[in-house]
Amino acid sequence: MSGTLVLFTFLAIVAVASALLMVTRLNPITSAMYLILNFISLAGLYLTLKAQFIAVIQIMVYAGAIMVLVLFVIMLLNLEDEDALYEHIPWTKYIMFVLGAAFIVEMIIITGLAGAPVVPAMSPEAATIGTVEYIGKALYSSYLLPFEMTSILLLSAMIGAIVLAKKRFP
Amino acid sequence: MEQFIHDLIGNDLLATIVWCVLPLVFILGYAIVAILAEMKSASWFQDRLGPMRTGPWGIFQPFADVLKLLMKEDIVPARADKILFNLAPVIVFVGAYAAFAVLPFASEYVGADLNLGLFYLIAVSSFGVLGIIMGGWASNNKYSLLGAMRSAAQIVSYEVPSATALLIVAMMVGSLNLQDIITAQSGGFWNWFILGGPKSDVVLASGAVIHADIGNFVFLPLLLATFVIYYLSALAETNRTPFDIPEGESELVGGYHTEYSGMKFGMFFMAEYANMFLVSAVAAVVFFGGWQSPWGITLGEALDIPVLTLLEGVFWTAAKGFFFVFVMMWLRWTLPRLRVDQLMYMCWKVLIPASFALALVVGFIVVIR
Repeated sequence: MSGTLVLFTFLAIVAVASALLMVTRLNPITSAMYLILNFISLAGLYLTLKAQFIAVIQIMVYAGAIMVLVLFVIMLLNLEDEDALYEHIPWTKYIMFVLGAAFIVEMIIITGLAGAPVVPAMSPEAATIGTVEYIGKALYSSYLLPFEMTSILLLSAMIGAIVLAKKRFP
Repeated sequence: MEQFIHDLIGNDLLATIVWCVLPLVFILGYAIVAILAEMKSASWFQDRLGPMRTGPWGIFQPFADVLKLLMKEDIVPARADKILFNLAPVIVFVGAYAAFAVLPFASEYVGADLNLGLFYLIAVSSFGVLGIIMGGWASNNKYSLLGAMRSAAQIVSYEVPSATALLIVAMMVGSLNLQDIITAQSGGFWNWFILGGPKSDVVLASGAVIHADIGNFVFLPLLLATFVIYYLSALAETNRTPFDIPEGESELVGGYHTEYSGMKFGMFFMAEYANMFLVSAVAAVVFFGGWQSPWGITLGEALDIPVLTLLEGVFWTAAKGFFFVFVMMWLRWTLPRLRVDQLMYMCWKVLIPASFALALVVGFIVVIR
């Protein structure tokens, strides 16, 4: 087994296990902690794919900023009876099983059609695509319009949040 | 340096472990010195003598304090979340320690010479706050929780101006590699970014050239303001006075570490000191030439002794770092604590707009020049 494969196996197991634990834990704070573990293992997976920029961003934005925000909200809300928030529909359980089974069948078909997994050797150019320089150039040349539109979208969301937070309008 | 350790030990695995533990040795040694420095400077600022009884001139006081922490009973509150409570101090320290991996101590001594060094540093230093929140929440104590909340709000807010300030310099260098940032400032203190950056063309290790001339003095006021923004935000990020409201003892007992005792409290303490040195060393690397000597040449290079060059580099990094750590202590015993609303005002209405404006102006000048 090569070093990359060992790393991948380890990180993948951690990622899947933490994702499962995150969904099944009852305590929201514990769930959030497993989500952080999941984000970190994903960042590791990005690193094995030579996407350094995405890996660092994953830690900075998701594991750092967003999860702090999530924890903040969980602690501030201090949910006592979460059950009241759920709408109990009796047949959701069965739909869940059907959808889950459909997903597994789909996976089997896809992996069956593709045959044994073949990991292509990484081309030398692939290593440069993940760098800051490359992403910066791509964002400000070929993807300038989507980039600016995303910025405007985020700005409007920010203004919207402020407007909603203000109780009275002058 | 890494090669040297490998040659010295022989065993690859063992050498790597030693290589990884080196910063820890440094942090422990530095923490001992810093604790004494803090106690002594505090007492001088208040016209006292400070610790005088443990050893001559009280120099064994930090050892006595550490020994006390080690021997104290380790109390975990009955209704605390045990796992998170025990994990929190470790996470806080890991956040600080991980950042030391990319900190260049000398031209030949940097843990990992990452191309994304500065970016990585910003990312992992935001990690410690998770530990603070975990600790504050798991203690199951309202003061701890309040302290953790304040800390989270504070650190998340002040990350924005501090990262922007660092990126302003990265913009001028055109690289996020910390060694490149230091190389750009070679040749003497007038080339440091605090004084406007390089005044003549610089060739980086990657072969890229930074075109610069004497006109770089226009950056002087801009970068001076950038440094002030960075240092203030760094002060807030390390929870130091005047921004230490997360542990304001007059209102919150001890903030997020109220329930911690013994060595777990010691871990929080050590993480705080490690963070202090870290942000100071980053200030030194980014604005004050890192391991470069103020006059641009080193004795080791002149006499052609590589070991001396290495030691001089470590000396300058540590000296510049310690100086800013001392400034932090100085501020701590000089300024009163801010109120929460003043703290947020300072960040969102003063530092963030100012840092964005500076980024725009510096970016504009860099592009048109």
